[in-house]
Amino acid sequence: MAKITMREAISQALMEEMDRDPAVFIIGEEVGVWGGTYAVTKGFYDKYGPDRIKDTPIAENAIIGGAIGAAMVGQRPVAELMTINFAFSAMDYVVNQAAKLRYMFGGQFMLPLVIRAVGGGGRQLGATHSQTPDAVFAHFPGLKVVSPGTPEDAKGLLKSAIRSNDPILFIEHATMYQVRGEVPEGEYTIPIGKSKIQREGSDLTIVTYCKGLELSMKAADELAKEGIQAEIVDLRTLRPLDMEPVLESFKKTNRAIVVEEGWKSYGVGSEIVSRIYEEAFDYVDAPIIRVAQKEVPLPYNRTLEQAALPQVHDIVTAAKEVLK
Amino acid sequence: MKKEQLLDLYHQMVLIRRVEERGAELYQAGKIGGFMHLYIGQEAVSTGLIAARESRDRVITAYRDHGVALSCGISADQVMAELLGKATGMSKGKGGSMHMADVSKNMWGGHAIVGGHLPIAAGFAIGDQYAKNDNITICMFGDGATNIGYFHEALNLAKTWGLRVLWVCENNQYGMGTSVERASAVNEIRQKAEGYGMKNSQVDGMDVVKVYEAAKEAMDYVRKEGQPYFLEVDTYRFRGHSMGDPERYRKAEEVKQWQENDPIGIFNRQLLDKKTATKKALDEIEARVDEEVAKAVEFAESSPEPTMEDLYTDIYAD
Ligand SMILES: Cc1ncc(C[n+]2csc(CCOP(=O)(O)OP(=O)(O)O)c2C)c(N)n1
Ligand SMILES: [Mg+2]
Repeated sequence: MAKITMREAISQALMEEMDRDPAVFIIGEEVGVWGGTYAVTKGFYDKYGPDRIKDTPIAENAIIGGAIGAAMVGQRPVAELMTINFAFSAMDYVVNQAAKLRYMFGGQFMLPLVIRAVGGGGRQLGATHSQTPDAVFAHFPGLKVVSPGTPEDAKGLLKSAIRSNDPILFIEHATMYQVRGEVPEGEYTIPIGKSKIQREGSDLTIVTYCKGLELSMKAADELAKEGIQAEIVDLRTLRPLDMEPVLESFKKTNRAIVVEEGWKSYGVGSEIVSRIYEEAFDYVDAPIIRVAQKEVPLPYNRTLEQAALPQVHDIVTAAKEVLK
Repeated sequence: MKKEQLLDLYHQMVLIRRVEERGAELYQAGKIGGFMHLYIGQEAVSTGLIAARESRDRVITAYRDHGVALSCGISADQVMAELLGKATGMSKGKGGSMHMADVSKNMWGGHAIVGGHLPIAAGFAIGDQYAKNDNITICMFGDGATNIGYFHEALNLAKTWGLRVLWVCENNQYGMGTSVERASAVNEIRQKAEGYGMKNSQVDGMDVVKVYEAAKEAMDYVRKEGQPYFLEVDTYRFRGHSMGDPERYRKAEEVKQWQENDPIGIFNRQLLDKKTATKKALDEIEARVDEEVAKAVEFAESSPEPTMEDLYTDIYAD
């Protein structure tokens, strides 16, 4: 096992898949000469050249629409949205085209497309540049939505995404590129659509993913100091959603909280809670609590922004609440 | 232009430069966060352009907006306070560097979605057309913004409906690290306006007087004819795209060459050569700016933070 950063893990996945399959190319803003806004594709332009590392104009519709077209005729583009907020500029292509074309034409072609998008708040970028709208995209059948929380998962899931024959939105978190973690040596992939227990415990279940995982792991450490053992289930893929590990854990602990960075209303947590009530109602010992972002557009001011985002102490408080 | 007005423009350009130089220091010191895009090198554009407007004319721009805010008459105090995220900033600390606006001064904001504000600018003009007045909307944006669909929809609508918009493209040669040649089908950006049958011209953006004159002429046309106009202003940003840009995409010599064309230096020489002002007078202006900026920093640093209640204000009007 080697310990690497999230940035390195994603970068390795891209490079390995580009080396493995000449149909894979990268298309997006500042992916080439600049080296990627978050330095994920640093060095790629020199290694692969402009044919495979395509710096585009600022034109999100042309990026996603163009990648869709290329995928339909047999290439495997990895399109990069500088931030997920710009997916709204290309919303028609993401949800109206990518998610529907194959179905609508009776499965005549495949759409092997990966859209990498950077999301998340906490960097004082203001309301339009700080969103965590993952749930919005997970709403649409036809699109798969993956959002890893560890370098190991990021690498393995991205490799699977690139090999997959379907359109996949791969959401990374802007504040997690420096997160370090163990990654297996050599070639490996991780299947899309599988949740994972990231920490075992018996007192309550914390269901989360991506940034929420980082926060929940810290919260679990704090809870452990007080003798509370939290089990953490990492969704990793939001659609298709794998509820098995969640339900299994819940049937053991009978208490749960759901942690996500996005807004609470109509969010990922809402989906998880309903699914637990639908599928494991008899095991519920306490109302399930959602920890999420306050219902406001994110402000620039640092103190206010942090107050609006879910924090470790919010998770600790919620955990104690469900254990009352 | 009269002497006082010219000196006022000089004051404004130096003020923009110094506010941003101080801002960059405060950013390095961790007192300003988020993205901060400096206008250094482009001061002649907002200064010359906005000097040509009437106060009833609206201005809207992108996130590179400190200079535009100051040119619209927003005080250095308020700009600095917004940069520091204080309650006394014009956006109450909720907007930050990229979202400076004071609608009482007809400055309708810095906008951070590239090209996103262009249809909104067209919308201001729709509002004015509907109200049957002859106000102008001055919409500023970068070269990179002319490649996104919003731009084309807005220009087409403006010409088709006869909207009073002065479209001003600040061509600083790059959108982040991508040069105009690498991103745009035409190198002369004003050619895009040709495609919409829109009157257009190009001007040297390092010369504030030329910018002013071109803007004046364009605004007269827009107001009289009830038609949009496209003005391409050639300029250059001396600093990185935003703070922390490694600038791998351009050569140091290129930057140096443009810096020799410093818009403040050019204007300084013009004022001296034409004997509009003495060196002493210009030095005095610069000293006054230094005081103003020091006071602005003091004001911003001693201003209160927004409160936790402010987190929930202004989400809805009702
Ligand atoms: C829709 C959208 N796509 C991408 C970005 C990221 N971005 C911010 S500024 C910028 C470059 C814009 O260049 P230009 O319009 O020339 O303005 P300049 O920064 O040179 O003033 C990019 C790509 C964005 N903010 N919005
Ligand atoms: Mg530019």
